[in-house]
Amino acid sequence: MAEESASTRKFQFTPFTIVSGVILIVGLILTVLRFTGGLAAVTNLSDYNPWGIWIGFDLLVGVALAAGGYVTSAAVYIFGLKKYHSAVRPAILTGFLGYALVVLALHYDVGRPWRLPYPFIMQQGTTSLLFEVGACVALYLTVLFIEFSPVAMEWLGLKRARNLVVKLTLLLTIFGVVLSTLHQSSLGALFLIAPSKVHPLWYSSYLPVYFFVSSIIAGLSMVIFESTLSHRYFQDKMDPEHLAEKDSVALGFGKAAAFVLAGYFIIKVLGIAADNNWHYLSTGYGAWYLVELLGFVALPCFLYAVGVRDKNLAIIKWTSALTVLGIVVNRFNVSMVAFNYHLPSSERYFPSWMEIGISVFIVTIGVVVFRFIVTRMPVLYEHPGYKSAH
Amino acid sequence: MSISRRKFLGWLGSAGLGVTVGGNASAASNKHFTGYPDSSGVLFDNTRCIGCRKCEEGCNKVNELPAPDKAFDDLSVMETQRRTQAAAYTVVNRYTETPDAGGPVYRKIQCNHCLEPACASACFVRAFTKTPTGAVTYDESVCVGCRYCMIACPFEIPSYEYEKALTPSVTKCTLCHPRIIKGLLPGCVEICPTEALTFGKRKDLLRLAKERIQQHPGRYVDHVYGETEMGGTSWLYLSDTPFQEIGMREDLGNLPAPLLTKGALSAVPIISGMWPVLLTGIYAISIRKEKIAEKEKAQAINAAREQAEADAKAKLDDALKQVQKEKEKEIEMHVKKALEEAAKAQSEAAAKPESKEESDG
Repeated sequence: MAEESASTRKFQFTPFTIVSGVILIVGLILTVLRFTGGLAAVTNLSDYNPWGIWIGFDLLVGVALAAGGYVTSAAVYIFGLKKYHSAVRPAILTGFLGYALVVLALHYDVGRPWRLPYPFIMQQGTTSLLFEVGACVALYLTVLFIEFSPVAMEWLGLKRARNLVVKLTLLLTIFGVVLSTLHQSSLGALFLIAPSKVHPLWYSSYLPVYFFVSSIIAGLSMVIFESTLSHRYFQDKMDPEHLAEKDSVALGFGKAAAFVLAGYFIIKVLGIAADNNWHYLSTGYGAWYLVELLGFVALPCFLYAVGVRDKNLAIIKWTSALTVLGIVVNRFNVSMVAFNYHLPSSERYFPSWMEIGISVFIVTIGVVVFRFIVTRMPVLYEHPGYKSAH
Repeated sequence: MSISRRKFLGWLGSAGLGVTVGGNASAASNKHFTGYPDSSGVLFDNTRCIGCRKCEEGCNKVNELPAPDKAFDDLSVMETQRRTQAAAYTVVNRYTETPDAGGPVYRKIQCNHCLEPACASACFVRAFTKTPTGAVTYDESVCVGCRYCMIACPFEIPSYEYEKALTPSVTKCTLCHPRIIKGLLPGCVEICPTEALTFGKRKDLLRLAKERIQQHPGRYVDHVYGETEMGGTSWLYLSDTPFQEIGMREDLGNLPAPLLTKGALSAVPIISGMWPVLLTGIYAISIRKEKIAEKEKAQAINAAREQAEADAKAKLDDALKQVQKEKEKEIEMHVKKALEEAAKAQSEAAAKPESKEESDG
């Protein structure tokens, strides 16, 4: 292992370093533009459209896709599914990076990012769902940091501190699930205050429930998706336990995702029935709603079920990608497609290339940091000095 | 500040110095908040509006906003539909394609100063305050710039200074709060040449509006816009044209914005109270299950081992018995053999002595 990490530390021009390098440089330039020219210099945001993809993608999708951390740690440490133990660390790392990047992205989106702590230190707007989101995200980022810290401590050889933190695992996991339930759902609840602006097919008093349940789906699918990619690129970092458990993780999580997707499909239909929105299904928005409901909820549910029944890992892996895409579609629909549906098309929002550039930049930072960590720290393998501890 | 004032009024009331004031103060502190008593508002009557843009000019002046691209006497801006902007707290739009009206119809747009504002409910730093004067004010010094107020506002009023790099703020009409506490009229009301705008106590304006509807049957739509919309607003509107046709949404409902998120917020104590208990319970169950499984496993192993041991013992015993039997048989055989041999020897010996003796002798 020592030899390998030494070789990765030597800088090489690979396609990965070139592409990510270019993105990072462009991103840095856009960052300068953003903070010298204001939001108007880089975004297509307007008075009608105060939230664009930095909220729709970076915040809503980012938080949903980072749900793997709480889903996996809850499965292993609370529900006692120890056979998925090897999936915990990569999931927590993905979650921690995801939330860290969400917070980073918010620095681009809000007008005065240095005031982000104001809701906690100046005055608390406790009637705001955004306050709930902010408080939970801040606390959960801290929880994820502590949950992940043993990895870094093992790497750095801080045995005592590491053992102390590991003792907190159950407490942190429960706290993490509480915080995740709260903010995953309240991200959906953000839009409850604007019934006149969100298309009725997407506006529902069940929005918080939809967001929470779909975050479980996102978490489960991201673990499968991320593990597929990790296996492809970092196979040499995986220990026998990880390699042996990998397939059972995909099967188990795929099965769980099929069930949750089925439940999600049912409550989505219930929401339509509760508000008696059936007649909207025959409109253009209705067609798009059906694409989301059938193509990105019902279809992955079916495919996961088939994949699990036939023990076909290829189907499960492809389905995880489809499901993740479905989460993106859903969050985009709620925050952008269905939002301001009543306005003429000239007043509608479409992101500028620079907004997309910043989002790509932030995702790239995540990938680069993930790569840095898994090639050095005991994420995909157990540290030889701490094996007995589990 | 506002609370201490209310408290003060409450003390006045309880001291018997002002019975009515005291009654109102307790009404304001009631859980069912129906707006501050005696709060002010403005009534806009579009049958009197001539679309002169004077109100825009007055607003611009008293709020010290930057000069517009096109001067305020240039009415060509009315060819398009405009909305409030960072540098325009109010705009007047012209609607010509209204089937019911004879000529063009005008509509003034600015913050409606809701009785229970969506922006104030949505703001996570409480930058917005519904003041007892009726104005919804904004405190730039705490604003983070998340723009959730703009998402929340059903009337699409707050604007943002997207152009500013370091000090962008949300902007909106203040109902000229600094002026009304000095006893002055809002800038737009003061300048209006046709009395299309009337400033006063909201309850008086409501009465006035209803009187106008009654006095001029057929002139007005029989509804005071803002009386109930989103729980009621401090700005009230009279129109000769259906409100929907002049860009005013009639599908907003009568619920105050805070009620829309009340349910979601009430989930917070439920989740944070119940999840830890439930999850700990689930953890305990899974641990117990594991322990029971382990115990059962151990029991099964023990039972199997005991069984195996017993079986082995039985087998061994059998084998031993057999061996013993065989040994016994062998011994018996040997004994028999030995006895036989002994007997043989004896008989031989009995037969031989003679010869032995013979040989000895």
